[in-house]
Amino acid sequence: MISEIGHFALALAVMVALLQAALPLIGAAKGNRALMELAVPTALAQALLVLIAFLALMYAFVTSDFSVEAVAHYSHTTKPLLYKISGVWGNHEGSMLLWALILALFGGSVAFFGKNLPLVLKARALGVQGLLGVSFLLFILFTSNPFQRLFPAWPNGNDLNPLLQDPGLAFHPPLLYGGYVGFSVAFSFAIAALIGGKVDAAWARWVRPWTLAAWVMLTLGIALGSYWAYYELGWGGWWFWDPVENASLMPWLVGTALLHSSIVVEKRNALRAWTILLAILTFSLSLLGTFLVRSGVLTSVHAFAVDPARGIFILAILILVIGGSLALFAWRAPSLKGGGLFAPVSREGALLINNVLLTAAAGMVLVGTLYPLVLESLNAGKISVGAPYFNMTFGVPMIPLLLLVPFGPILAWKRGDALGAVQRLYVAAGLAVLVLLVTLALTFDGPWLAALGIGLASWLMVGAIWEWAERVRLFRVPLAQSWRRIRGLSASAYGATFGHFGVGLTVLGIVGMTAWRTEIITVLELGESRELAGFTVTLKSVEDLAGYNYDGESGIFEVSKGRMTQNLQSEHRIYRVTGQPTTEVGLRTTPLGDLYVVLGDPQENSERPAWVARMYYNPLVSWIWLGALVMAFGGGLSLFDRRFRVGAPQKARAKTVPEAQGVSA
Amino acid sequence: MTGSAKLIRIMMVIGLGFSFFLAGVAGPVFAVEPDEVLDDPVLEARARELSKTLRCLVCQNENIDSSHAPLAKDLRIILRERLSAGDTDAQVIEFLVTRYGDFVLLMPPVQRNTLILWIAPALFMIFGITGAIIYMRNTKTVTREADLTAEDTRRLAELIAED
Repeated sequence: MISEIGHFALALAVMVALLQAALPLIGAAKGNRALMELAVPTALAQALLVLIAFLALMYAFVTSDFSVEAVAHYSHTTKPLLYKISGVWGNHEGSMLLWALILALFGGSVAFFGKNLPLVLKARALGVQGLLGVSFLLFILFTSNPFQRLFPAWPNGNDLNPLLQDPGLAFHPPLLYGGYVGFSVAFSFAIAALIGGKVDAAWARWVRPWTLAAWVMLTLGIALGSYWAYYELGWGGWWFWDPVENASLMPWLVGTALLHSSIVVEKRNALRAWTILLAILTFSLSLLGTFLVRSGVLTSVHAFAVDPARGIFILAILILVIGGSLALFAWRAPSLKGGGLFAPVSREGALLINNVLLTAAAGMVLVGTLYPLVLESLNAGKISVGAPYFNMTFGVPMIPLLLLVPFGPILAWKRGDALGAVQRLYVAAGLAVLVLLVTLALTFDGPWLAALGIGLASWLMVGAIWEWAERVRLFRVPLAQSWRRIRGLSASAYGATFGHFGVGLTVLGIVGMTAWRTEIITVLELGESRELAGFTVTLKSVEDLAGYNYDGESGIFEVSKGRMTQNLQSEHRIYRVTGQPTTEVGLRTTPLGDLYVVLGDPQENSERPAWVARMYYNPLVSWIWLGALVMAFGGGLSLFDRRFRVGAPQKARAKTVPEAQGVSA
Repeated sequence: MTGSAKLIRIMMVIGLGFSFFLAGVAGPVFAVEPDEVLDDPVLEARARELSKTLRCLVCQNENIDSSHAPLAKDLRIILRERLSAGDTDAQVIEFLVTRYGDFVLLMPPVQRNTLILWIAPALFMIFGITGAIIYMRNTKTVTREADLTAEDTRRLAELIAED
């Protein structure tokens, strides 16, 4: 019964989304206020209906209603509650419903919080949001109905892929989708602006919080996915250049560019057409990512759907959305020419370079990801494009970009002073070089590229702090005055500082992990030990294991160094229902590095009981994800900038109202 | 070519079936296992480096060094046998490519059907930078306004930012 309510709500949501798409757009074209005002209630109603459908599906999962196909295929009564809930989006149908839910919630939020948006802009943006909603809701109803009933109902379910039964992966999809789908708001605003032919500072200011929110979620989603791979797959890899990962990296790269270019629109009214294009591209790449993962084009752990009808439906959405928006862009963008002037060496110039390099990097990832697929579909050969290719090409735009990051915020708008910027950063550069030399001296037999990498990471981190110190004139003016400046600095300024500092942390982690990782792969008897990175690792005991829905073995490793002794537990499990094996890693995380131990198979033909053991020391690795957290924190901080506050203070409003008048009148 | 392609497909099917069989019966099968490791550390290091650039044919985008699949294990052993027999890295790769095709290489070779793949990164950089230069050229350069000192300019910028 509840499932039928969900199904009905979904069908109703399509109707409402259709109204949301059609009426406000017609109203905006005809100048009909009443029609335009329908955008808000329809967007809210759509969000409510999709939420009802989603909750109905969640109810089916939580109550283990195996007369619902998705539940029977992907759930089981013995599964813990958390994974019954996360199982809702651990399958194709449910994850598409989550996609549609987040889309509708974003639309609803724009409707709810957008009280000070000009009516025409709001009507058009919500109309576009409605169009997207219609496409995806139809996709769900026609090809991926999560409420499909089974008759007769199964006595019990097939269980969820055990790799997905993990707290990290429970929250990974909602965050990732929040990012993907969140960029739809920037997209809808961009299309609305193109239809209206008006992009200005106010527009940039309205869009920015949405882009920021989406970017923060995408950053967290990617980081969580990477951390999950690190501790779950059992050998400590954290990025594989898998097409599915690339699918999330591309919108992140272009979204990061969008975040930066919209600052130029807001502050200097330049790069307008480019920013609109970035908004379109970011969401298009999000859609492409959805297509790659959901269509079954790539067959991997991530792709649970192999059904050509679905692939063609999503491809049609993809072509309509991308083709339509780019055509509209080509038609309307020429009217957006002009805007604030600036010299090559200036804040705008630096942000332009940032955009060029980030977009180039995304382009490279795109070509590398799609190339084998295209080649194969043209029958032109079967090749692989893997990590070695991406590692080689990705650095070309990224290393110059990272080197230039500290210069950006220190350059003045309009016309900067290159020499002055260099002068103001020489202490930061000196410190970075010093760190580089110390690293080189400490690891003189190690790879010298690693020392350069550590130097780069220090340059980014010191550069970020230095720029902040410059702004508050630390130690140049009396401390009281600096304190006043520290308090007066805008939230966005702090956001940028944290964001750039976080990049440095991530680089630090990547360099440490890539350059100095050590490992031992061996057979251990009980009580036997090995030395790794200064630690003594002893296999103390191995016991049989019986969990709630798996069996296996659990090994205790004793780790000691000096006076420190600690036990690490590693398991290998076999899930009863699916028979699939997984590993649970024993991890000892410190700021300096992770000790990572994995219990392997028992050795059958040895005299005394012995097991394969894998031990890794992963230097600095946790900074990869902590850096991403700091970046996301910076993005979150920027959200609190008073300029974006709902019911913005008088000063900000006084600026935006005259610009908005032309449209809302 | 088609003959070997068919062979690969058959092998992949067998390998896949085999890996499912193992997954159901035995415990987890891991990446590089102790019994595979060569006694000569130099040779073993070469084998590890090489196996990071070779694709596990039945897996999704995974190298044979980290893959759990039995086929990857076979490849790791073949690779080590060839190295022990005195093959150079290039010879080992050539041997595997004739057997499994370019698909086995995670770093695609530079040849006719990968030309665009290899030129694309350079093109992106060139287009991007030229585009930026053209943009800068088209917008008239800002003329020097007043001769403020760098200090003044910065103070001014700060005051504006504070506003």
